[in-house]
Amino acid sequence: MGKLTIPEQELMRPGHMGCLGCGGTLAMRLALKAAGPDTIISIPACCWAVMPGVWPNTCMGIPMLYTAFEVTGASISGIRAALDAKGKKDTNVIGWAGDGGTFDIGLQALSGMVERGTNALYICYDNEAYMNTGIQRSSSTPEGAWTTTTPVGTENYWEQGRKKDMISIMVAHGIPYAATANVAYPEDFVRKVQKALSIDGPTYLQIFAPCPTGWKSQPAKSIKLAKEAITSLAYPMYEVENGVYKINRKPKEQTPLKDYMLKQGRFRHLTEEFIEEQQKMLEANWKRLLKLEEITNEE
Amino acid sequence: MVKQVITGNMATAMGTRLCRPAVISAYPITPQTTIVEYIADFVADGTLKTQYVKVESEHSAMSCCISASNTGVRTFTATSAHGLLLMHEMLEWAAGARLPIVLVNVNRANGPPWSVWADHHDTIMQRDTGWMSIFCENNQEILDSMIMAFKVAEDPDIMLPMMLSEDAFYLSHTSEPVDVPDQALVDKFLPEYKPEHFLDPENPKGFGSLVMPPQYMEFRYKMAESMDLAREKIRKVNDEFYEVFGRKYGNGLIEEYRCDDAEVVLVGAGTNASTVREVVDRMRDEGHKVGLARLRCFRPFPYEEIRDLAKRVKAIGVFERTYTFGYQGPFTAEIKGALYGTGVDIPIKNYLLGIGGRDIRTKHVRAVFEDIMKVAEQGLDQETKWFGLLDGNTPEEEL
Repeated sequence: MGKLTIPEQELMRPGHMGCLGCGGTLAMRLALKAAGPDTIISIPACCWAVMPGVWPNTCMGIPMLYTAFEVTGASISGIRAALDAKGKKDTNVIGWAGDGGTFDIGLQALSGMVERGTNALYICYDNEAYMNTGIQRSSSTPEGAWTTTTPVGTENYWEQGRKKDMISIMVAHGIPYAATANVAYPEDFVRKVQKALSIDGPTYLQIFAPCPTGWKSQPAKSIKLAKEAITSLAYPMYEVENGVYKINRKPKEQTPLKDYMLKQGRFRHLTEEFIEEQQKMLEANWKRLLKLEEITNEE
Repeated sequence: MVKQVITGNMATAMGTRLCRPAVISAYPITPQTTIVEYIADFVADGTLKTQYVKVESEHSAMSCCISASNTGVRTFTATSAHGLLLMHEMLEWAAGARLPIVLVNVNRANGPPWSVWADHHDTIMQRDTGWMSIFCENNQEILDSMIMAFKVAEDPDIMLPMMLSEDAFYLSHTSEPVDVPDQALVDKFLPEYKPEHFLDPENPKGFGSLVMPPQYMEFRYKMAESMDLAREKIRKVNDEFYEVFGRKYGNGLIEEYRCDDAEVVLVGAGTNASTVREVVDRMRDEGHKVGLARLRCFRPFPYEEIRDLAKRVKAIGVFERTYTFGYQGPFTAEIKGALYGTGVDIPIKNYLLGIGGRDIRTKHVRAVFEDIMKVAEQGLDQETKWFGLLDGNTPEEEL
C-alpha cells in the first residue's frame, strides 16, 4: 500500500461560501493541510475574502488577515517582519491571492516582496479572471475567453491578450522556488507547499483552480477539466528551483485543446481555426518549457 | 537630557529610536528622505534594533505597517505629500483595523505644478480617514509628540493611528536645539506595546472580515467614540509628559498665546505660528490686544477650546496653508462649524498664506492683524482673502 502524503488534519472547517465545484476552496483546504496550524495567512480582495464566511464566523482554523486588493506582497513582508521581531521564526507566513490580485493590481507588491527576500510563501489560486467581482478579464485570462468585460457580441470582442507568464516573471527575480500546481493533483500540490515553506526565502506557487461559475463549466467536472488542462498543454505543471526547471507531469498522449475548451462556455464561441492557433501557441510554449528543463539541468 | 542641534527629520529619526518600534517600513520621498536615511544609519550602527522593511512604494509601506501591527508589534513610517496620497487607501485600512500606527508626514505641496515646499494640503486631504492628526511647530515638538503619539494611539480605549505633520524645510531641513530625553525615561513613559488582539496561531482569529449592513455601522460608531475620547486622552498625555519631561504644548489640542485679554486672535497650525507669536509680542508692545491660538490637533477637532476662545474675542483670523476647493480653508470651515448655534457671532476671516512654501514674513502677519482688527471694528468685508497674490494690485505690505 502507498503511503498517504496528505496530512489528515483539517484546518479548513465545513461551512465555506464557495460555489459548487470551486477549485479555489479545494486548493485552500490542501494548502492548510500542508502548512499546518502554526501558520498566518493574509488574503486580499478575492473570492477567498468572502468564502471564509461573514463576521463573526469563519471556516478558517488559522489566523487570517484580510487586506486590500493590491497589498498581499507587502502584507506578508510586514507579518514576517513582526514575527522576526518577536523571535517566532518557525511560524509559516502565506499570502493567498487570486489571479487579479497577483497578475494585475498586486504585481508590484509581489515583486517587492520577492526582491526583498521575505521568507514567505505567496500562493495564487488562478481561475483566470476576476471571479469574485463578476467574471471580468484579468491578465491571466487566456486568449479567446469570454468574460463580462470581454463579451463576444457581433464584434468578436473576446479576450485578445495572451495570458501573462507569471512564473517567468518570478524566475526573473531570482526567486528560490516557483511552481505551478493543479487541484487535480493534490499530492503534488501538498508537496510543493511543504517544499516552499521549508525554504528560507520568498517562494511562489500558482495553482490552477477551475471556476465553474466563471468558466460556464459543469461543477462536477472540475477535476476532469483540471486534468485536461495538463494533457492539452493549456496549463503545464512544473517547478523551478534556483532556476532549474522540472516538469512534473508530461502527458503520455496530448489531448486536443478543442476538447478542453469546448467543455467550457467561455470558449464556446471560438472557431476551430482559432482554437488550432491557440493549440500551436501552447505547443510552442511546451517545447520551450522542455528546452528550459533540458538546458537548466545540464551540468 | 542632552541638547542637540538637529533638523526636524533628525528629530523624527531620534524620536523613532526612542520609541523602539519593532517594525519600520518606508519609501523615500522628498523632503522626508533624510528620515529614511537617518533610520538606516541607526540600524546600521546598531543603536536601533528594528525590522526595517524598505518597500517599493508608500502604499506598500503602510500595508507592511498594517500587517506588522496586526501581528502585535509597534510600527512606524514616514512620508510626504504624494507619498501620503498614495497611502490614502491604506490609511483608511489602518484606522478601520484599529491599529496604533504612528506616521510622520513632512507637509509638502501636491503637484502639479511640481513643488516640494511646505503646504498643508496633503495632511488635510486625509481628514476623514480616522487618523488622529497633529501639526508640530518646531523640532522639539516633533520628537516629544512621537513619544506622546504612541502613548495615545496604543491606549486600549483609543486604538487609532496618529499622524504628526512637520512643515517641509522650515522644520524638515532646519536645525534647532532639541532636548533628547533619556531612553530610560522614555521606556518608563512608553512601555512595550502589548495588544489584546493580534494574529496568533495559538489563538486563531480573522481580522477585517466581511460584515453585513446590520453590523458595519457599529464598527464605525466605535471608531467615532474612540476619536471623541482621544480629545481627553491627548490632553491627559500632554500633562503626563510635562510631569516627566518638563515640556508641554498648550493643552495638547490647542496652544493659546497671549489670548487672555485679546480682542483679535489668529488661529494657525505648524510653523507659521512661530512667526505669528513674534508679531504678537511686537504688537503687544505697541498696545494692540492681539493673540495667537495654535491649532495643534486637527483630528479630533478641539471644538470646545474654539468655542471658549471665540467667546472672549471680537474677531478671529484663520491662517491657512491650503484651501478646500469649493469652499474656504479647512480650519475656517471647522471653526465656523464649531461656533454655529453657540450664540457667538463674531467675524471669522480666512487668510491664505504660505501656500506651496511661500515665505510668511512678520510684515505679512502684521498686515493680517491690522486687517482683522479692522474687521473687528467694521465687520467682515470678504470671507476669504488670498494674501499677497501676484495680480498687479497687491499692496506693498503683502509682497
